[in-house]
Amino acid sequence: MMSTVPSELPVTAPIEHRFDPYVDNGGTLLSIAGKDFCVVAADTRLSEGYSIHTRYVPKSVKLSDKTVISMGGCYADCLTLTKRIQQNMEASLVAPMWYRHAHGKTMSTAAIAQMLSIMLYQKRFFPFYSWCILGGLDEEGRGAVYTYDPVGSYEREACRCAGSASSLIQPFLDNQINFKNQASERRELSLDQVLRITKDSFTSATERDIYTGDYLEIFVITSNGVELQKMGLKKD
Amino acid sequence: MDHFPTNWGNPRNEDGESYNTYPMASNKVPQGVQQIAGYGHASGHPTTHTQSPVVTGTSVLGLKFKDGVLMAADNLASYGSLARFRDVERLHKVSDFTVIGASGDISDFQYVKHLLDAQMIKEYNADDGHSLATPHVFEYLWRIMYNRRSKMNPLWNTFVLGGVHKGENFLGAIDLKGTPYQSPSIATGFGSHLATPMLRKALDNAGGSENLTREEAEKLLVECMKVCWLRDARSSFKYQIAAITSQGVSISEPHDLRPLTYWEHGRDVRGYGA
Amino acid sequence: MSSIGTGYDVSVSTYSPDGRVFQVEYAGKAVENSGTAIGLRVKDGVVLAVEKLIQSKLLVPGSNRRIQSVDRHIGIATAGLLADGRHIVKRAREESQGWRDIYKQPIDGPNIASRVGDYIAAYTLYSSVRPFGVSTIIGAMDKTGPKLYMIEPSGLYWGYHGIAIGKGRQVAKTEIEKLNLAEMTCREAVKHAARIIYEVHDDAKDKEFELELSWVCEESGGFHQMVPKDLVEEAEQLAKAVDDDDMDDD
Repeated sequence: MMSTVPSELPVTAPIEHRFDPYVDNGGTLLSIAGKDFCVVAADTRLSEGYSIHTRYVPKSVKLSDKTVISMGGCYADCLTLTKRIQQNMEASLVAPMWYRHAHGKTMSTAAIAQMLSIMLYQKRFFPFYSWCILGGLDEEGRGAVYTYDPVGSYEREACRCAGSASSLIQPFLDNQINFKNQASERRELSLDQVLRITKDSFTSATERDIYTGDYLEIFVITSNGVELQKMGLKKD
Repeated sequence: MDHFPTNWGNPRNEDGESYNTYPMASNKVPQGVQQIAGYGHASGHPTTHTQSPVVTGTSVLGLKFKDGVLMAADNLASYGSLARFRDVERLHKVSDFTVIGASGDISDFQYVKHLLDAQMIKEYNADDGHSLATPHVFEYLWRIMYNRRSKMNPLWNTFVLGGVHKGENFLGAIDLKGTPYQSPSIATGFGSHLATPMLRKALDNAGGSENLTREEAEKLLVECMKVCWLRDARSSFKYQIAAITSQGVSISEPHDLRPLTYWEHGRDVRGYGA
Repeated sequence: MSSIGTGYDVSVSTYSPDGRVFQVEYAGKAVENSGTAIGLRVKDGVVLAVEKLIQSKLLVPGSNRRIQSVDRHIGIATAGLLADGRHIVKRAREESQGWRDIYKQPIDGPNIASRVGDYIAAYTLYSSVRPFGVSTIIGAMDKTGPKLYMIEPSGLYWGYHGIAIGKGRQVAKTEIEKLNLAEMTCREAVKHAARIIYEVHDDAKDKEFELELSWVCEESGGFHQMVPKDLVEEAEQLAKAVDDDDMDDD
């Protein structure tokens, strides 16, 4: 008997339409640790597709006199996460106590670093779409950079670039900060040298990455506290 | 009988009714279990979330100027390509110094207006000399939008919030994914392509919003509305402008863009119209 | 009291043989001992006034408000147990917002009175609860004009032209009856309200008091709010002057 279903007809799956809660708002962030300082920098452009929502939105936030957080990816997620970190530094959800109120002191950079990892991993199955870099000074006063993936893997490094222009800048940092593929010996860089490398990284990335530009905010963390420098980038 | 007085007058919770002898037919998920699509409603219907907007409004424009903020939106609510409602107000006064403008789903906008009103009444009742200013409303709205997107059930809008607080002008926007941002000029939807370049150019030429007079800003905004009407197929010639200054909020009566355009050349073109 | 020791006064779910519920009557006693509260419904609005007795000089002036807003257009003044009053106001706010949630309209006078009245009445029906030790005055402006209601601890409520509850209610009611409320404006009513509160206050027996004055009227744009400071001061000065004259007469 012949089948009632014509076998030649292509089988099509039903069209499914699902809300995508994520959006990539672009942006580039970078952090470099020095002997007794740390630099955290990020551009301020907020994009969606080919549109620039706004030219100025801060992507880095000072968490304490020793620590600055910087984030890129889905801006709504980043902002929510930043808010939650700040709340937890007062009242910790991860450890069920109020950190500052319980311990009478501000969280150390290392403690915030560990907490952030837990907070990201807690949302393992509906992750925050955020690339995080935590910069600051450790307990010994040395520069510290912690980098994360969106689900909480983290490690301490000498330097890191994340976000939309990371693939442009990171190889440059590997070469200039970590002296990869160089004949010369590794040596400590001064704050001045690090700032020059930071600014060059961003001006160059702005040329090639449409999601990077407008303004650059550089946080310099030393034992004297956190200083914010601003610089213009190209707006095209 | 429920002997807990605070429950009186409130809807009954079928799950929590420990003495219920007549269970209502339902395929409820047990208490404490997260809602799963396909379960969870007493009606037996699956849980549904908005996957697309229905009746929509197009662009909202916002522009800061020296003494405040201007906003503009047309009065059309479209049903797909049908111009369904032609006298809808998409600019709404939230408080004495705050205006919300909505593009996207109109029913979601009406719901948000209601939420904001409830919040403002709470604040009024407290009568403690404090009131919610524009940045506070913005933060509140952001949390609403972000929480709804996190439930995979977004409010399908982009909202623009304009206001004045403590001598500072405020202009911000929040979209259906809970992305909040502020800018001296904002245009949603099609306006982001048509009006944003005009607004940003004018702001750059003026050297910032603080150098823009109200007259200049208003003229610019009307020009943007005109461009939007000419090229955005889901727009209308009927529009309103809202101004928020330290004097308070004023939302204009609907204006007409048609007198600003010229169509008479069509009369002499053979095959064009009558 | 004939009720004590009979066993008929321990529960709100037990009647006495002659058909009374003593617990509800006892709740009424809590109101009778409270500072006076009055409400005046006049031509263009409603004025509420409260004689708020100050329990301690250590209290911050203006604290423990007895007149509160329930919605933009509704105010409540209570006499009796302070905490019960606050609970009633909380419930009234929920009812008012609940009405807006469903109908997208402000609740009108009869409906808010009915909702709050039913709620208070429910607390006279079950052995597991205690009736509220407050009488509640509701002042509102709705589509059809100014409204004034008073709800007793039993849940019984009526609409009034003028009403007084608490310690000085008898004297206050006599004074209110002398007023031509139908022709009066709120501005005038504020002065009368202040005068009556000062008049019923017993300097000898009672502690000091703060005068709370609110209105909801055309002049306030249909909003329930505390009467503007300058008007209160004027009304208070007049009230004090009249009060002093009365003393001289005695």
